[in-house]
Amino acid sequence: MPYTPELKQLIKKVEATRPERVRRKKEGKEMPAMSLEERQAVLDAFHPDCKKTSKRSIGVGVNKGYAISPEIVDQLESKSRVNPDQVDLNPRFTTDVLVVGGGGAGVAAAIMAKEHGAKVLILTKLRVGDANTMMAEGGIQSSSKLHKDSPYYHYLDVLGGGHFKNVPELAEALVGDAPETLAWLESLGCMFTKDPDGRLLTIHGGGTCRKRMHYAADITGAEIMRTLRDEALNFPEDIKVIDFTSAVELVLNDQGQCAGVVAYNHETEEYFTIKAKAVIMATGGSGRLHIQNFMTTNHYGATGDGLVMGYRAGVELNFLHTVQFHPTGVSYPDQIEGLLLTEKFRGMGANILNIDAEQFVFEREPRDVEAAAFIRECEERKKGIATPSGKVGVWLDSPMIDDLKGKGTVEKEFVGKWKLYMRHDIDISKEPMLTYPTLHYQNGGLKINARSETSLPGLYAAGEVAGGIHGENRLMGNSLLDVCVFGRRAGRSAAEFVKSGAKDGKLGLEHVKKYHQELEAAGIGGGRVSPMLLPDYGNPDVRKNQITTCYLGTIR
Amino acid sequence: METKVNLIPIHVMGKQYMVPDTLTVMKAMEYAGYQLTRGCGCRGGICGACGIAFRLPDSYKIEVGLACQAMAQPGMYLAVLPFFPNKRGIHDLNKVKAAVDTFKALYPEVFKCVSCNTCTKSCPMSIEVMDYINAVIRGDIVQAAELSFDCVMCGLCTSRCPAEISHANVAILARRLYGSQITPRAEHLAKQVEQVKAGKFNEGLDQLKKADVNKLKELYKAREAEPDNTPDEWAPKSNDYL
Repeated sequence: MPYTPELKQLIKKVEATRPERVRRKKEGKEMPAMSLEERQAVLDAFHPDCKKTSKRSIGVGVNKGYAISPEIVDQLESKSRVNPDQVDLNPRFTTDVLVVGGGGAGVAAAIMAKEHGAKVLILTKLRVGDANTMMAEGGIQSSSKLHKDSPYYHYLDVLGGGHFKNVPELAEALVGDAPETLAWLESLGCMFTKDPDGRLLTIHGGGTCRKRMHYAADITGAEIMRTLRDEALNFPEDIKVIDFTSAVELVLNDQGQCAGVVAYNHETEEYFTIKAKAVIMATGGSGRLHIQNFMTTNHYGATGDGLVMGYRAGVELNFLHTVQFHPTGVSYPDQIEGLLLTEKFRGMGANILNIDAEQFVFEREPRDVEAAAFIRECEERKKGIATPSGKVGVWLDSPMIDDLKGKGTVEKEFVGKWKLYMRHDIDISKEPMLTYPTLHYQNGGLKINARSETSLPGLYAAGEVAGGIHGENRLMGNSLLDVCVFGRRAGRSAAEFVKSGAKDGKLGLEHVKKYHQELEAAGIGGGRVSPMLLPDYGNPDVRKNQITTCYLGTIR
Repeated sequence: METKVNLIPIHVMGKQYMVPDTLTVMKAMEYAGYQLTRGCGCRGGICGACGIAFRLPDSYKIEVGLACQAMAQPGMYLAVLPFFPNKRGIHDLNKVKAAVDTFKALYPEVFKCVSCNTCTKSCPMSIEVMDYINAVIRGDIVQAAELSFDCVMCGLCTSRCPAEISHANVAILARRLYGSQITPRAEHLAKQVEQVKAGKFNEGLDQLKKADVNKLKELYKAREAEPDNTPDEWAPKSNDYL
């Protein structure tokens, strides 16, 4: 729905301060960025991670005592969806490399594993490409402008964004592989935004010291995802796909290696075993767990399955004590609440404003700082803008981009969002957008090394499910890079393992039985089972009448 | 202040449910009690997983849309199309040319287009689908790529096409040919790849990897920031580590 008369009245204030703000920006006069001390102060007081109720210690397993979001702990402190004694471990499918997850990391891994001689099977609970990669908008970072940028400065930015906690060898892999990875995507035919002579256009992102954000209009992730998907699906002999089927447990063999998964067919509701010489976990993030009840930018399947499966098999978790909230999620209109408004809006100069149309924060702070500043403005200073359904937001002044870069820029550079808002009769090249922080990214995950190996031989992890690359906070444009860099590394490593390290052995689920015993001994878990696989958005009034819990005759 | 919920009837695959009139079709189905296992992806109109076909009362027209974007409307009859059997012309991108003959070989049905424009009318992204198909027929791959750029590959155009064209797969072939063979490659990027491979940045990165937090903070604070509104030619004062 369009803005209400009350909101339109407030927009007039934004319009009143805009010419002066545009003039200052054209003169290069920016609002000053916060010092590291100021950043820390606003994070400590207002970032959702710092709330007292935001953490609980994990009660069992290799990270016992590690305090992270209770919503994730609930998933970890749960029993398997299957009774390990009942599962038929005779494999229905056998492959060299099994990729769990059909997003950017999974598909990049599949392509690389194929190129290194492996037969690949992609298992995905929705369709290939139904993933956060598809929804990433703003861009992909890489140093590419030789006269002003290099992996050295990219590394410094990555570390600064991550509070200097990143695993050095992973950050090094990220920035070092970046140019080659970007060139690979270019060779696959990604339509990056370029000058006629082929020079890539680049802009800033939050926390970057050089303009190194490469993009494809405002659908960079979709462009990368659909290109990778097309490439993978063009080799059906080497890369097979089973979709609408989840992995629910890893399967180990008696050589101590990861050797497949227990899969669940969502239609037939049947569990079966897939045997593999190597498994790549690429299940993505966990936004659909709705940590602290925040709305999320994540796709429907982002329920943290890979964390659960890996953890039960003894793989250590790291950096899950921080969760990334994207500062600019949609808070109005309600139909698209929580949806991501790319950081590129701010990268191209759009200011952030409160109800009095005043700037209260520089628009390109790192994401965690920017989000915390929004929350402070609304919660403490009470200068947010209330929506008719009782939510709150701050203005993202998109029309000033047209004033800065020329009329028509918003429609051209943000065509996806422009069309989306036009469906609700809001023209974002003329009216600003109401935004509030939204649950965006799982900073941590399964611990890996620079070869994308986990501590379990034969198990690799890549993309959002892995942790350490971004430390405690990821910068814009480094996740599309991450999924491609570590997807490629995982694919290569797994294919090499298939040739040289994989040993055949008897399949088993002893680790699940052991985990169940631990849960029982600790007296935790209650009746929960995990992974969740899909979120429950059912109507509670309907749910309370869905009282069949087991098979009775033919219909459930 | 509690706003009053206005309930309207919709028919999901023939069965009537009363749902609030402020919901998208996807949220209306969940409100009705569906646990979606197909036909749901990004919930934001970009992944193309949730195609629907519907008809409104007193209209003969069959309309299509995305369940996460289309609003529930009183009396609508809808069916979900989470999967549509698209044709794929299997190819290795490195072995096909950016020329009309490639499309003739992989997607000959394109040339049977009757220019009815139903594809364009059915596109939830408002893409000029017929125009890009015609561009392919003329061999204008650049135009086909540019016109189809916003395609979410939902396949709704295919579901309505009398010539049975798999438009989305035709379009991505055009875009990938455009991106890989027609536009010039970025020379600066190729040079950077060479520099990385030659080990030019290893020493600097080694220093950073070994640096303690205080040293890193010092270097971080000292970074020279490229101003926002400067041309691409801007260069930092220091050439160190470039």
